[in-house]
Amino acid sequence: MTSLRILVPIKRVIDYAVKPRVNATKTAVVTSGVKMSMNPFDELSIEESVRLRERNKGAVQDILAFSAGPTKAADTLRTAMAMGADRALLVELDENRPKERDLEPLTVAKLLREVVHKEGCNMVICGKQSIDDDSGQTGQMLAGLLGWGQATQAAKVEVQGDEVVVTKEVDGGEEVVRVKLPAVVTTDLRLNEPRYATLPGIMKAKKKPMEKKKLADFNVDFKKRLETLEVVEPPPRQGGGKVDSVDGLISRLKELGAI
Amino acid sequence: MATSALRTAIPRGLRRPSLLLRPGLLSAQNTSRRHFSDVNPTPIFHLTETEEMLKESVGRFARDVVLPKAREMDENEMMDKSIVEQLFEQGLMGVEVEEAYGGSGMGFGAVVVAIEELARIDPSVSVLVDVHNTLVNTAFRTYGSTLLKKKYLPKLATGTVGSFCLSEPASGSDAFALQTKAVKSESGGSYKITGQKMWITNAAESEIFIVFANIAPERGYKGITAFVVEKGMPGFNIAKKEKKLGIKASSTCVLTFDDVEVPADNLLGKEGEGYKYAISLLNEGRIGIAAQMTGLALGAWENAVKYECNSKSRKPELKLRPRAHYSSMPSERRKPARASQVAQKVSGSAIEWMGGMGFVREGLAEKYWRDSKIGAIYEGTSNIQLQTIAKLLQKEYKEQ
Repeated sequence: MTSLRILVPIKRVIDYAVKPRVNATKTAVVTSGVKMSMNPFDELSIEESVRLRERNKGAVQDILAFSAGPTKAADTLRTAMAMGADRALLVELDENRPKERDLEPLTVAKLLREVVHKEGCNMVICGKQSIDDDSGQTGQMLAGLLGWGQATQAAKVEVQGDEVVVTKEVDGGEEVVRVKLPAVVTTDLRLNEPRYATLPGIMKAKKKPMEKKKLADFNVDFKKRLETLEVVEPPPRQGGGKVDSVDGLISRLKELGAI
Repeated sequence: MATSALRTAIPRGLRRPSLLLRPGLLSAQNTSRRHFSDVNPTPIFHLTETEEMLKESVGRFARDVVLPKAREMDENEMMDKSIVEQLFEQGLMGVEVEEAYGGSGMGFGAVVVAIEELARIDPSVSVLVDVHNTLVNTAFRTYGSTLLKKKYLPKLATGTVGSFCLSEPASGSDAFALQTKAVKSESGGSYKITGQKMWITNAAESEIFIVFANIAPERGYKGITAFVVEKGMPGFNIAKKEKKLGIKASSTCVLTFDDVEVPADNLLGKEGEGYKYAISLLNEGRIGIAAQMTGLALGAWENAVKYECNSKSRKPELKLRPRAHYSSMPSERRKPARASQVAQKVSGSAIEWMGGMGFVREGLAEKYWRDSKIGAIYEGTSNIQLQTIAKLLQKEYKEQ
């Protein structure tokens, strides 16, 4: 079996349990003073890389957790290492500089391409999307830039020789795809149940290396191609009504002019 | 750390440096200072990066794994085995135990954070972790011979629960009047323990017991000695399991010792020094109890406020009240006697905010309240603590 050097990109996002609020100028979601955590899909990715290592003795040479984000993203990377990643790379972004704020998927994919080349990775396991922007593009763009195969929305990942067999959930059943390494795999919700960082894991993570870089260290064009016009909250849900019977439903629908 | 506990127990106006700095008021005189955390002292609300991660991880564990079972364990008066196993897997049963012995190698601050996080969801699970870490593991780590440490710490950190056995039917707050006796064999190779212990936390799950027995009753408390007893030693029985008001899932048992032969290697520390160890361990253990009670208060509040804010029969005038309580809470951290009072008050009020839903056994509100009662009782009752504080004040201020 091909020896694996896995790259897992990670994003620090608003915690999934927090109800996001739009700022006064309607340009973004408020993030200051809000609980931040690892993007849940990235947790799945870290967990899957660690499980690949546990399932295939000696096959996984390296698990590198990567993040481009504010200084605090170091905490998120530390969590990834507590879960089992071997080392971390943080590209620290200066939030005060507009061009370093909210990197676009293409920019992130280009950053990742450089990391892959420099670190000699042959597999990228990343979340199918981040729960803040929901772009769902980075993995695919990265595969395109690298000229690698890709298997998206994985519900099951198996490495066989120099191939990755990925099962994905599609309408009405499962679809199994086979992709040659090197490859990009994006992870979906039911892939696994991420572990909690154990106490010994947390202690070990303190000793694992974390490299810090700046955007300027990368030969990447980060011109903004997207413009956010407006961010609005979804309209408040209108309360529903209850009807007693089918007849009641029909007459109510008629009343509303729906039929 | 001990002085900070004392400081918090004394009314603000009475704090005086001379009192605070006097050695040995709350800790045994020969206890060396220990680091509370892995970094230099920081304000009590400031957690280190490690403690933050631990808090996050333990909090999630508590919500995802413990919460779904909390009500059932309480009704069954039984700790779920799989939860105990997972506590070990998470490294929560050897927080301070050195990595070489299979522990997590963290500081006391980490224990406190873990206890608090667990108590927010289930004080029963919290006390299991508390007693095991702050009393049993610490006893081995501080007083155990290298042999004992090598033999027991890896077990205690990775799979075997331990108990701390001091109280007896006739000696609770007056623990040093204990009547369990240990007689040394003529060869000196072993001791025979005879007597009875009561109120032993975790006893139903435990396999390792630290037992205090007197080897020389004529010398009074100076004969008290600590031994390590294993489940299965002939003559040792875990007898009755108490039926309790609160923390029902945590086992509390009566233990009987009928000529239990313990090898001399299982002597913990030195002969006749058991009383010192007990005082010192309980002084530290009480901080854990304070953390448990603080967590309980937070949990009861969160439970009630979640209900209040989402209840259909919303009563606007209630909205402000929880906040008032919440703001009073953080300042109560780690004050053993006070923490239990706050826990009782908050969890009691929480029931009232929730009305009928607080009174029924469907949610957890009534359980928090029942669980809070124990805080004023175990590891030194609040009444005794007040008495101790009064004694210290008398010593300081009474003119000869």
